[in-house]
Amino acid sequence: MNRTTASASFSVSFTVGLYGVAFGAAGIAAGFSLIQTCALSLLTFSGASQFAVVGVLGAGGTALSGIATASLLGIRNALYGLRMAPIMKFRGWKRVVGAQVTIDESTGVALGQSDLGEDAMRQGFWLTGIGVYIFWNLFTVVGALGAQAMGDPAAWGLDAAVPAAFLGLVWPRLTNKKERTLAVSAMLLALVLTPLVAAGIPIISTALLAVAFGWKVRK
Amino acid sequence: MEGAQVSTIWIAVIGTSLIAFGLKYFGHSVPEKYLSNPRALRINTLIPIALLSALVAVQTFSDRSKLVLDQRIAGMAVAVIALSFKAPFPVVVIGSAASSALTFHYLK
Repeated sequence: MNRTTASASFSVSFTVGLYGVAFGAAGIAAGFSLIQTCALSLLTFSGASQFAVVGVLGAGGTALSGIATASLLGIRNALYGLRMAPIMKFRGWKRVVGAQVTIDESTGVALGQSDLGEDAMRQGFWLTGIGVYIFWNLFTVVGALGAQAMGDPAAWGLDAAVPAAFLGLVWPRLTNKKERTLAVSAMLLALVLTPLVAAGIPIISTALLAVAFGWKVRK
Repeated sequence: MEGAQVSTIWIAVIGTSLIAFGLKYFGHSVPEKYLSNPRALRINTLIPIALLSALVAVQTFSDRSKLVLDQRIAGMAVAVIALSFKAPFPVVVIGSAASSALTFHYLK
């Protein structure tokens, strides 16, 4: 096993896993039980999608709008799978396990090892994928239990921690003017729609803005 | 935030998980040419920006279907400041929670 890859995998796994505390707390604050919150981390295992489904349902949205919002955010994992498939060449049960841990971090670390060869890439993918899975689930339980012990979410600022977590997820993606304009437009559209349509719809409808902004090539 | 109905939550948890897994598995199973349309790729990178921004706004300024201004604004302000100083994620979230909690107790 190559040490550079192993240490990159471990540090990413641990740091990202820590965010699980924020997710665990967000789940409880949104009215999910401990089991439901943990089920999302075990089964969905995709941070942004998990935050989205608790966010939409916590705001009173329907199951369908929660699922739709989370699934739109999960499309990128399919693209990661597509990128990794020729390197990982998964067959049988390995494809099932490998698919489940195909996320931002496992793909990111694997692609980061390309200088060290395909063996290192595969190692980085597995170590990071499994590592994040373990830490993310462990810290989800910690966050959920902590939030349960706290009681009223507002008294501890959990009601602000959830949108702050979303902001932390979107901030690094805003690299140019088009992306920043899209972010502000999406916020305004969602707020304008909030009093007018059922909860959850204001969020998912901003996907149309993304389509409009991405239709033509422009900076 | 009020709790949603229990069965609704389970449907959402299971539905989200099935589709999330389906998408991941699909990626490992289709030939690349079917998903490499440049427009689709461009839109796909913009979708998280739109949805996450919308979630930030709705979770900060609404209570169910009403627009409200409350302690969460203080939390968001701190999050924006922390992020513009490139603070790590836990600092952003904890700083935001602490300032919102303080404002909540001050307003009460």
